[in-house]
Amino acid sequence: MASSRVLKSGVTLAAIAAVCTSLVAMTYQVTRERIAANEQAWLEQSLQPALAGLFFDSGVSESRVTIPAPHDLPGSPDAVIYRVYSGDTPVAALFVVSARDGYAGAIRLLVGVDIAGTVTGVEVLEHRETPGLGDRIESTKSDWVKQFDGRSLAAPLTSGWKIKRDGGEFDQLTGASVTPRAVIKAIKETLVYFNTNQAAVFAAAADDQDKVSE
Amino acid sequence: MSNPSLLDRFKNGLWYENPGLVQLLGLCPLLAVTTTFVNGLGLGIATLSVMTVSNALVSSTRRWISREIRIPIYVLIIASLVTCTELIFKAWFPALDRSLGIFIPLIVTNCAIVARAEVFASRNPVGASIIDGLVMGTGFALLLMAIGAFRELVALGWLLAILPPGAFFSLALAIAAKNWIDGRRRERKGDALPRHGRLLNR
Repeated sequence: MASSRVLKSGVTLAAIAAVCTSLVAMTYQVTRERIAANEQAWLEQSLQPALAGLFFDSGVSESRVTIPAPHDLPGSPDAVIYRVYSGDTPVAALFVVSARDGYAGAIRLLVGVDIAGTVTGVEVLEHRETPGLGDRIESTKSDWVKQFDGRSLAAPLTSGWKIKRDGGEFDQLTGASVTPRAVIKAIKETLVYFNTNQAAVFAAAADDQDKVSE
Repeated sequence: MSNPSLLDRFKNGLWYENPGLVQLLGLCPLLAVTTTFVNGLGLGIATLSVMTVSNALVSSTRRWISREIRIPIYVLIIASLVTCTELIFKAWFPALDRSLGIFIPLIVTNCAIVARAEVFASRNPVGASIIDGLVMGTGFALLLMAIGAFRELVALGWLLAILPPGAFFSLALAIAAKNWIDGRRRERKGDALPRHGRLLNR
C-alpha cells in the first residue's frame, strides 16, 4: 500500500536525521571548549601587535565595548573598543574601525592608541584591496603600517595626516594611493574621536561576555 | 569492470576518472581555494575524509533507503559530516580554518561527494565504498595540491596566477596535460579507442 511506503520512508528519514543530529551534537560537545579557547587566543594574539611596548594586564579581550552605529568613529558598522589597563590605570585603547573608502570596499583596522593619544600600532584585520598593490597595507607584506607608530594628532598636525603626494607626511604605496588615503583618514578620525571622548571610552561598561563569545 | 582490482581502482580515482580532471566535479572549491599548496592540502584532506565517511555511511544504510528518499538522506549525511569536519578544523587546525573560511562548510555542495554516494556507495558493499571514497578523494586532493602549488609558484612571477582567472588557466593546463599524455600513450599502443567508456564505474 502506498501509505505504508510513505510511512516507512518517513520513519527511515527521521531515524537517519536523529543519528546525524546526534553525531553533530557529539562533535560539538567534544570540540566546544577547544574552539572557544582558540577564538579567545586568536583575538588576544591579533590585539598584541597594536600594543607593542606597553605594560598591561592580560585579558584585554574582556574589556570589550561595542559602540553602536551611528557614531563618530570611521565606518558605518558598529565599532568595537578594547580598553587596556595596568592595574586600575587605563593605559591604552584599541579601536576596531572600518575605513569606508578603500579601493575595494571597507578596510577593517585595529588601531591602538595610548592614553596620551599616540598611536601604538595599527593592524589591518580585513580588506579586499588588490593583491600586490593595495594589500601592502598588511603588516605581513610591508612595513607601511609601521610608519604610524608613535604618531599623534600633534605630530604631524592634522593637516599633515595625508600621503606625501597630497602634501602630507606619510608614505604612499607605489601604484596604490586610494588605499593609503583611506587608511590614513580612518586612523586620523580614530585619534580625533579618542581625544574628544577619552573619559567616556574608559567609563563605558564592558559588553556582556556571554554575548561576546557568540 | 564488475570487479576491478585494487590497482585498477587507484588508477581510476587518480587518473582515468579523476573527479576534478575528468568528471569535472567540485570545480567551485577547486577554483576558489587553490591559491596556495597548503590551502589545497587542507581542503583536499577535508574533502577526502568527508567523501570516505559518507561513502561508508551511505553504503551501510543502502538496504533501508528507498529510491524516493535517497537524495535527502545523502544530503543529510553529507551535511552532518561536513559540520563535524568544520568543528574539528576549528578546534585543532584554527589557522587552516581561517584561511579556508567558507569553503569548508561549502564542501556540502561539492557534487563529487554526492556523485560517489549515488553512483558507487549506494550499489556496493561497505569495504569497496570506503576504498572508492579514499581513492576518489585522494585524486581530488592531489589535484587541489598540484594546482595550489602551481599557482603559488607561478604567482611569484606572474600575479594573475593567484587571481581568479589564474585558477581557470591552471585547471585548463592540467586537463590539457592529462589529455596530451593519454593521447601519446594511445598512439604508442596503436589503440585508437579513447577510454571514455570507463566513466563513472558503470
